Amino acid sequence: MSVIKTENLKFVYGAETSFEKVALSDVNIEIEHGEFVGIIGHTGSGKSTLVQLLNGLLKPTEGKIYLDGKDIWENPKKIRNVRFKVGMVFQYPEYQLFEETVYKDISFGPKNMGLSDEEIDERVHTSAEFVGLKEELLQKSPFELSGGEKRRAAIAGVIAMDPDVLILDEPTAGLDPLGRDVLLSQIQEYHNIRKNTILLVSHSMEDIARIADRILVMNHGHKVMLDTTENVFSKGSELEKMGLRVPQITKIMMLLRQNGINVDSTVLTVEQGFNEIVKYLGSN
Amino acid sequence: MVRDITLGQFMPGKSFIHRLDARSKIVLLLAYIIFIFVCQNYISLLLIALSSLFIILSTKISFKLYLKSMKVILFVVVFTGILNLFYGSGQVLFEWGFLKITEGGINNAIFITIRIATLVMISSVLTFTTSPTDLTDALERLMKPLSYLHIKTHEIAMMMTIAMRFIPTLLEETDKIMNAQKARGADMESGNIFQRIKALIPILIPLFVSSFRRANDLAMAMECRCYNGGNGRTRMRVLHYTKLDLFALIFSVVIFAGVILCNIYFPATVK
Amino acid sequence: MNNFIQVNDVYFQYDTDEENSKFALNGISMNISKGEFVAIVGHNGSGKSTLAKHFNSIYLPTTGNVIVDGMNTKDDEHIFDIRKKVGLVLQNPDNQIVAGIVEEDVAFGCENLGIPPAEIRQRVDNSLKAVDMYDYRRHSPDKLSGGQKQRVAIAGIIAMEPECIVLDEPTAMLDPQGREEVISTITKLNKEYGITIILITHYMEEAVMADRVIMMDSGKVLTEGTPREVFSQVELLKKHRLDVPQATELIYKLKGCGFEVPDCVLNEEECVQALLKIMKTNSVGE
Repeated sequence: MSVIKTENLKFVYGAETSFEKVALSDVNIEIEHGEFVGIIGHTGSGKSTLVQLLNGLLKPTEGKIYLDGKDIWENPKKIRNVRFKVGMVFQYPEYQLFEETVYKDISFGPKNMGLSDEEIDERVHTSAEFVGLKEELLQKSPFELSGGEKRRAAIAGVIAMDPDVLILDEPTAGLDPLGRDVLLSQIQEYHNIRKNTILLVSHSMEDIARIADRILVMNHGHKVMLDTTENVFSKGSELEKMGLRVPQITKIMMLLRQNGINVDSTVLTVEQGFNEIVKYLGSN
Repeated sequence: MVRDITLGQFMPGKSFIHRLDARSKIVLLLAYIIFIFVCQNYISLLLIALSSLFIILSTKISFKLYLKSMKVILFVVVFTGILNLFYGSGQVLFEWGFLKITEGGINNAIFITIRIATLVMISSVLTFTTSPTDLTDALERLMKPLSYLHIKTHEIAMMMTIAMRFIPTLLEETDKIMNAQKARGADMESGNIFQRIKALIPILIPLFVSSFRRANDLAMAMECRCYNGGNGRTRMRVLHYTKLDLFALIFSVVIFAGVILCNIYFPATVK
Repeated sequence: MNNFIQVNDVYFQYDTDEENSKFALNGISMNISKGEFVAIVGHNGSGKSTLAKHFNSIYLPTTGNVIVDGMNTKDDEHIFDIRKKVGLVLQNPDNQIVAGIVEEDVAFGCENLGIPPAEIRQRVDNSLKAVDMYDYRRHSPDKLSGGQKQRVAIAGIIAMEPECIVLDEPTAMLDPQGREEVISTITKLNKEYGITIILITHYMEEAVMADRVIMMDSGKVLTEGTPREVFSQVELLKKHRLDVPQATELIYKLKGCGFEVPDCVLNEEECVQALLKIMKTNSVGE
């Protein structure tokens, strides 16, 4: 059974007012346990609305969302439990830090779940370790941390709820290249160990190419594609029509093919591209 | 959602109300408010309500938006209306325990409701048709005499400009922070009053922190643009009175005179 | 005017009271000429944003001097002349817009300078046209996209008719479309209006547009040169936590294996041309 399934999902902002705006319509997706799905689409494509629907922060105007086969809005009073199962890391999550110490801030979620002190303590430490936050920082005030450390602390706060599905909305926005690479590797490692489902919203095609198994492409509030990373990026011209790109290396290989060079254009990383070119040069 | 509030939002346009000098609008609005309370009977109230309606329609802004601005304080209107039902004298129409509804009470309730509704809608005309900068600029000029008493009128006006500019930004931010904390299981919808106040901490602290960060940035941005207080400052849009303002003044004076005459010639409905 | 801005051996400490407080700038020197487009790159904490705030005397050097068009930024008398000449655009577009209407915000700087109303009107219209935001002049900034807000902020600076604009990571908070809008706007200001541009960024795609790239680390200049010179040092860039465009990295790797490719390519077209050259010659040799 799929972990997340949506049925004819529709969402309208400001319904029945003069500002009515359809943000999402007719979205049917199915995501399996343990998948790593990248979500792409330009600003206003409905991807942020979609992820907020998935963890019950917004209520669908029409349609259903199933988590492990159960309609999440079956009992609206229990929606908090859905939010514990579907963890959500917003853009610039460091702006949500509020506690006196990093430790207390990370334990905010687990506390709301009503866990015992021992369990909370264990979760704070494991999640801090996942995001590479040093032990001695836990007793510091979150406002004394550096920008990158704040980001990690905030992400740890969501990981500490040990969600089955973790949604990250542009977790690397504003980080420098090294910060971005390290954070992405940590997310990937967390995924490998915890084997849960991850949805990653990002504008960086290079990052998505590196990390995602499948990609969901959103445009004008519709699902356009939900397919393997290779298949999605092989449709470069379709993506470009939607104002999206493919990774630079994929683009280069595609241009080579257009110029009559018979190379495999479904490469996603520089490493793969390099090997492909060397192979071509060697065979000729 | 907090973002839906329309009270005090500028709607650019070219109607003659839009083109009035902001100073006239402020002064005339104040006069209107006074005269709304001067009305003592339905006829004078009707006169002022109809003239307000005329003004509202001539702004060419959808009437729906005016109604929406009412929505925010609908509670206040209904509450004062109901409260007034039980105040008043005259023939008792309905009695239930110590609560009595009298003829006078009903009159009071209707009267007060129309008064407040007119008051809110006519006030919206000012904020709907005047850009925030014109508004604060006009206030700065109108407050000018106070500066001789060493009151910092320019600074007050600048603070208002910035406050108006940042209210929507902060509302949006509040929304975002609320969502982020809800995603971590923050419970803001249940519990007693103390639990609810406590539940606000995870929202208020990040909001304060971010407001300070914004203030810091803004101060720097203003410095970069050579801000140095009110001295030697010029304005792009210079306020000046035109024939329109004279017309608006005459119109208002006629209405006000009408209100006074009606008060004198017709019996008072409310005391 | 060859040395429009001179930075002479500048050290800067945020907290001068504390004796062991770290230096954010560590003896940095550079010259910027009029009309140049300079990109300053470096990872977070390399001191590049601190440096940006030295160009128009928002921060003053702890030791050393910054000279703008012959005026020392430490000199109180010249502070407004310097800020008039060198405008600064900050990272967060939301936090630098003062007024609730686009054109009124753009006028803010001119109003502070005491320029007559008719001229302000003229300048505001021109600057909004220059950043392609004239149609939005009566809008409220809240309803604009990030890229549009940032262009309004830039218009507010150009209305003051500066000779130089410093942009401190102006695209860090924008989506790809907004980033493109802002970058094409500043390129246009440089090429068509001759305004000196100092762009602080960590996006290498943006640095490629500049005439000169200065790379910073630990408050010092690490290396500088044309984009091509700087980007050919792939190992150095990687060591200092900077991004290398995939095209550049691919060619660099091929070069390392002895293939006959150029030292450095900056974009995908150049990369494809270089690849076609070796691939076609190889096929011919078949």
